[in-house]
Order: sequence, then structure tokens, then C-alpha cells
Amino acid sequence: MRALTRVGWFFAILFGLSAPFWLSGYRLYQFSQVLIYAIALLGLNLLTGFNGQISLGHGAFFAIGGYGAAILIVKLGLPYWVAIPAASVVCFIAGFLFGFPALRLGGLYLALATFALAVATPQLLAYKGFDALTGGSQGLQVLKPTAPFGWPLNVDQWTFLICLASTGTLFVLARNLLNGRVGRALIAIRDHPIAAEAMGIDAALYKTICFGISAFYAGVAGGLDAVAVGFVAPESFGLPLSLAFLVGIVVGGLASIGGALFGALFIEFVPNYADQLTVFLGENAKALPGAIYGVLMIVMMAIAPTGVAGLVRSMVRMMRSSGRT
Amino acid sequence: MLELQHQLASGLALGGVYAITALALVMIFQATQLLNFAQGEMAMFSTYLAWTFINNGWNYWSAFAATLALSFVGGVLIQRFIVRPFAHAPVLASVIIFIGLSFIFNALAGFLFGYSVQSFDSPFDGPPWFGNKFMSASESGSVLVSLAVLVLVFAFFRYTPLGLAMRAAAQNPTSARLVGVRVGSMLALGWGLAAAIGAVAGMMAAPIVYLDPNMMGGILLYAFAGAVLGGIDNPWGAVLGGFLVGVAENLLGAYVVGEEVKLSVALVVIIAVLVAKPSGLFGRRIVARV
Amino acid sequence: MSAILRVVGLKAFYGPIEALHGIDFEVEDGRVTALLGANGAGKTTTLRAVSAMIRREGTLEYAGRPLRARAPEDVARLGVAHVPDGRGTFTDLSVEENLRLGAYARRDRRKLKADFERVFGYFPRLAERIKQQAGTLSGGEQQMLAIARALLSAPRLLLLDEPSFGLAPLVVSEIFRILRAINENDGVSILLVEQNAGLALDLATRAYLLETGRVVVGGDASAIRANDSVRRAYLGY
Repeated sequence: MRALTRVGWFFAILFGLSAPFWLSGYRLYQFSQVLIYAIALLGLNLLTGFNGQISLGHGAFFAIGGYGAAILIVKLGLPYWVAIPAASVVCFIAGFLFGFPALRLGGLYLALATFALAVATPQLLAYKGFDALTGGSQGLQVLKPTAPFGWPLNVDQWTFLICLASTGTLFVLARNLLNGRVGRALIAIRDHPIAAEAMGIDAALYKTICFGISAFYAGVAGGLDAVAVGFVAPESFGLPLSLAFLVGIVVGGLASIGGALFGALFIEFVPNYADQLTVFLGENAKALPGAIYGVLMIVMMAIAPTGVAGLVRSMVRMMRSSGRT
Repeated sequence: MLELQHQLASGLALGGVYAITALALVMIFQATQLLNFAQGEMAMFSTYLAWTFINNGWNYWSAFAATLALSFVGGVLIQRFIVRPFAHAPVLASVIIFIGLSFIFNALAGFLFGYSVQSFDSPFDGPPWFGNKFMSASESGSVLVSLAVLVLVFAFFRYTPLGLAMRAAAQNPTSARLVGVRVGSMLALGWGLAAAIGAVAGMMAAPIVYLDPNMMGGILLYAFAGAVLGGIDNPWGAVLGGFLVGVAENLLGAYVVGEEVKLSVALVVIIAVLVAKPSGLFGRRIVARV
Repeated sequence: MSAILRVVGLKAFYGPIEALHGIDFEVEDGRVTALLGANGAGKTTTLRAVSAMIRREGTLEYAGRPLRARAPEDVARLGVAHVPDGRGTFTDLSVEENLRLGAYARRDRRKLKADFERVFGYFPRLAERIKQQAGTLSGGEQQMLAIARALLSAPRLLLLDEPSFGLAPLVVSEIFRILRAINENDGVSILLVEQNAGLALDLATRAYLLETGRVVVGGDASAIRANDSVRRAYLGY
């Protein structure tokens, strides 16, 4: 299993490193989006998959990262490689603070509270009172990053490489976190909260920090997204975004790191292909992604609760055992 | 002064919508300990059904009745085939199922009925009732219908054997079985009822917020806020909460925070109540899933 | 004497764990049969198995016909009223609503009014507290309510799980007096699970002793009561 995972990651990395040189501008942009979503999904998975805290509102932290970075870049003139980390730290703090009241809310109520957060976010972002900072309902335009030192890479290629580097770093970070004591503590808190406390794990601390880290990841993703897309506007950060994240981790695999990549591919390309089908099926084919999301969520819960990542693991296990006998 | 009265009046009209939606949410919560995140999309879809009937020449009240009947059946089927298989699954699974359901209804509505905004007339037109000065006929009618629904539901649960059996099944399924109540069927009936109530809510809301696949998102949030405020396990608290939220939303929107951020009022209410007094104004205990 | 309930080779399971290892017993029609034994012997499990509340195997015959019902609500509808341990009161509902639930599934509604009057005759205190919330009743009153509720379903067989549990001796003897009246006047057969062996053996005509999921002694109740060694070994007195 280990070998197969390593091979899988090897090819993924190979693909990633070579992509800027053979993919077209638009395709490259799409894969940048995939990487961005993967970071966000990893963050959400940390919180919901590994630690059992249901968040239907991660789009809000994504928005804080995006708007934070955009404001720092546009209003304060900071370069993106300062703005994005700075905005992400703000997200960490926001997530950590949100984690405190979240402690008092059990699974369902936390889902409700984060649901409310997701629905309310676009209105808050468009609020006239913050106009000067946020650009109101028009949003903010952000200049895309250019390659440093005059390297011969265009904007799309450079953006992709930034995303790749960020994704790589954050994935490795997550893996180390989860393989160690922290990861085991988080999972213990999810599955047996009383036993975990009895063993001396400070559940409150772990849960709030987990919230913070999860928000941090969403913030990095949001910041990268602002820079990759070139603007931020309130309507893009509503309930559909938060729910798409949920779909992503369900399809990709709850409590799976690799699953974040599968999920990201899914939520980036399914709407895309569905869009192309509108040529054949007419305007109302806009409904297709939603239908696919909905059906898949229910189907996956029924037959594959561990998502695509889990299915791959089972398939590999089956292949190995049949090979042995 | 007139302006204030009018804000109160329209707050009551929408409050009625929130109140009956909150009732449906609490009904399902009491029976299953689950929050039906798909309640809004189900109501929206039902409203589109009514719209289709009306467009085909049916008169309003025939369309209304047919829609209620179809929604009831739909609710029963959803409970039987989608919710019940996951009855013993963890909370996250149910949340995912409900979100999946809401995706499906939203997509189905968009696919069958299109995404352009439609108008949906209130059946109550004409001059304001009793010559009053602050509530239009459609607002009065909407409040009346909401109150009628509430009275009928109350009477059903309080005075009929079936209503009693449903309450028993929700409170103590084991004991209910021992007296011969078919608990599974009671749950399905509860969902049917919730779906029918949701349909009424949608049809009362549509004249105000217009008909489009995304019409119920904000309304669902306000209904949740009302239910939480009143006490998530207390149906009549939830109803009162719904009316309070409706009026508060209107007044705060008009005089304090402005129309554009009204949804954050709901957000604040939900978080504040859940953190400070989770049982709401009238609820009794909060389920601690340990 | 025919048996209203005949059980052969009954096994019962909590999940994968086998709690009853094949027991045989009978409840005579119109009589009281007692199931006795220490804590954990399997008495409550037996009642739950009869009511199809847990997975079971074996042969069960009710009123001469095989009892194939798979769900508790179906067993209840056949005329088996089960008063569970802990009484199973609907604590948030009123006394009246609890009683009406007892009558929910009964087929014969003509005699309902008469049955209500009879039940209030047995338990006048319930009539006094008719509108009160059931959860606020005392332990003894809740036990009476549970029995009254069971009676209102016009049962042929009453399953009673530890009616004396947690109650003062005076209340207990009053309840047992009423149980005797119910059995003798209304012809309701009773399968009684009790830890208080003395009381149970006074009331019952047959008794079975359970120990860790098996019947170790079964037979005439007065014979068991008179048998000193059995009493000392299994009933502790």
C-alpha cells in the first residue's frame, strides 16, 4: 500500500511540475483552481473528517483569506507573498476565536451555526459600510502575480507554480501533523470524546486549535484564489461555495489527505463539464452540477462513506489479497 | 408612525412564513433529533408545483390543495427511502444527506422550471381588509393562512388519536411500540406533514420574495433562527420565535442595520442563543450527543 | 388447562451476545405465572424476547397459534400488553393521554368507556390526577398508570416487569392486591417478573427460576414456596 501511495504521489508531483510547460493557459488556470480547492478541502477535512466538527461555512474563512489578501494588496500595496500569509494568519485567529463558541455547540448545532455563517457572508462582504475597504458589491480587482527575477514564465504558469508549492508544503505539514500525536488526539476526540478527556487530552484546546488551522488553510486557499482569479466579489463566497467544499470532502474521502485532491478535481471539473453540456441540453443544464452533487452525496454515504480515496484503498487491498492467494 | 405600523405588519406576514417553517423544522427535530436542512428547497419545489398547476388553468385553491397532497406524499417517500436507511448513522451522515437532498431539489427545480424569476400572485387581492391602513390584503391573508395552519396542526396533535400517537412516537419510541404504535409509520407521517407545511410556507412567501430556485435560502435561515430562539424542542416556542424574527428582521432592517445585511441578524441570533442559552426561550433541554 | 403462551427453546440475543440459552415455560390461560431469579438472570430479557423487542430464536405459541410477529407493535396488537421495567411512562404527556395511548391499538372500542371506568375503579388516584403531567406522579402512581394503560388495551396476556421495583411496601401490597383482582375478575393472564419472590409466589400458580439465562427450577408455585432448599439456594430466604 505504501509503495502504491508513493507511486501515486510521485506521478502527481511529476504532473504538477511539468504542467506549466505543456498545458494551455486556461487548463493551467483550472489546475491552479484544483490546487487551491485542495488546500481548502484539506483544511475542512482536518476539522470535519479528522476532528468531527461539522462546518458548513468554510466559504467564510475562504472569503476572509481572499478579501484579506486583496485588501492588503490593493489598499496597502503589499506584495502577494506577504499579503497571502498575513491574511491567512488573520484567518487562523478568526477560526481559533470561532472555535470557542463552537466548543459549546454539538455536531448538529455547529452545522447550523456555520450554515448561518455561510448564508450571511455575502451580505456582510457587500455591506455599504465597509465599501471603502471591500469595494462593496463590486468587489476588488487584484493584479495577478508576475514571475520574479525576470524568469520566462507567464502569469498563469507562475501562479500555478505558487499554488503547487503552497499545496505541497501544506499537504506535507498536514501529513506530519496527522501522523503524530496531534492527529491521534484529534481522531480520539472525534470518536471517543469522553475517553479522550479521561486520558488527559485537553479536548477544548485541540478543538479550537484545529478550528484555527482549518481556517488557516481555507485562508491560504482564499488568498491564492484572489490572486489567481484576479478579483474578489461578494457573490462568489456564499452558501454554494461552502456546500461545494462539503461535497468535495465527501466525494474525495472524509479523513483522508489524498482525498482532498480527488475532491478538488471533482468540484473544479464537474461544473465545467456540465457547462459544456448546456450546448446540447439547453440553458437549464445549469442544474446538472447540483444534481450530480446531490445524488453523489447520498449515494456515497450509502455505499462509500470513505469517498473515492477509500474506494481506491479498498481496490488496492482487493488486488493485493487476490494476488497473494 | 404609519411607517412603523407597516413594517410591523409586513414583519408579521413574513413572520408567519418563518413561524410555520420553524414548526416543520421542530416537528422533525422532535421526532428524529435531526435538523432538516432541505426544508427550504422542498418548500420551494412544492411552490413550483403549485405554480405549474396555476399556469395550467387551475384555480388557486385547487392548486393549493393538490400541492399540499403531493408534498405530503413526497415527504413520506423521502422519509421512507432516503432518511430511514440512515436512521442510525452518525450526525454528519444525516447532515450530508440533507444537503444532498437540497442540491437535488434545487437542481430539479432549475431544470424543470428554469432559473428566471417568476411572479406568484397571492390569492388575496383587493382592498385592505376591514379598511385598515397598514396591512395589505395579501399580507392579512398570509398571516391568516399561517395562523390557520398553526391552529389545525395544534388541534391535530392535541385532539386526535393519530396526533397523540405521533407525539408518543417522538417522545418515547420504545414505549410507543409497546402500545401498538407503528413508530416507523409515524415518522413518515411526520415528514409528510412537515413537507405539506413547508409547501404552505413557500406559497405564502412567493408573492413577497418572488419565485426562483433560490428563494428559500434566506427564509430557511430565518426559520432556523426562530426555531433556535423559541427553543428547538418546543413547537410553540418555535412559532413565537418565527414571528419575533420576522418582525425583528423588518424593524432592524428598516431602522438599524439596513436592508442589505438583514441576514446577519439571523446569524447573530443563532450563535448568540446557542452559546448563551441553548434551550432558547421556551425549550427544555438541549440534546448533548456524547 | 390450556396455555395462553407456550415457549420452547427460547434464545435471545443482545447483538451478538446470547443472553437466553434456550428456555421452556408456559403461562396458563387465566392464571399468573412468575419468572424469578437474581439480577442478570435473564428475566427482563425473557419479556423483551416475547415482545419481539430483541432478536430471538425458538418456538413461541400464543393463544394456540405460532407467534410470528417481528416487531413489538405487532405483538402488542395481538393482545399482549407489556409493562416494561422502569414503567415506560410517557412522562411529557398527561395521565389521560397515557391512558388513551393504551387504548390506541385496541380493536374492540365499544367497551372502552366501561373499561376506563373499571380502571379508575382499580386506581382512583389516577382519576384524581387525570390532567396532571405523568412525569410528576410518584413512583407508585406511575406504576399504577403503567398497569392501567396496559389494561386499557384489553389484553389477554399481561407482561409485568418488576412492578414492585423502588416502591414502598404499602404501595406494593396495594398493587399486588389489584393485580390479583385483575387476574381473577377480568381473566387476564399474567406473566410476572419479580425479584420479590415472596410476593410473586403468593400471587402465582406456576413459577420458573432463571439463572444466567437458563431455567433451573419450574413448577407449581406453592410447591416451590414450600421447598426450603430451593428457596434458600435460589431465592435467598
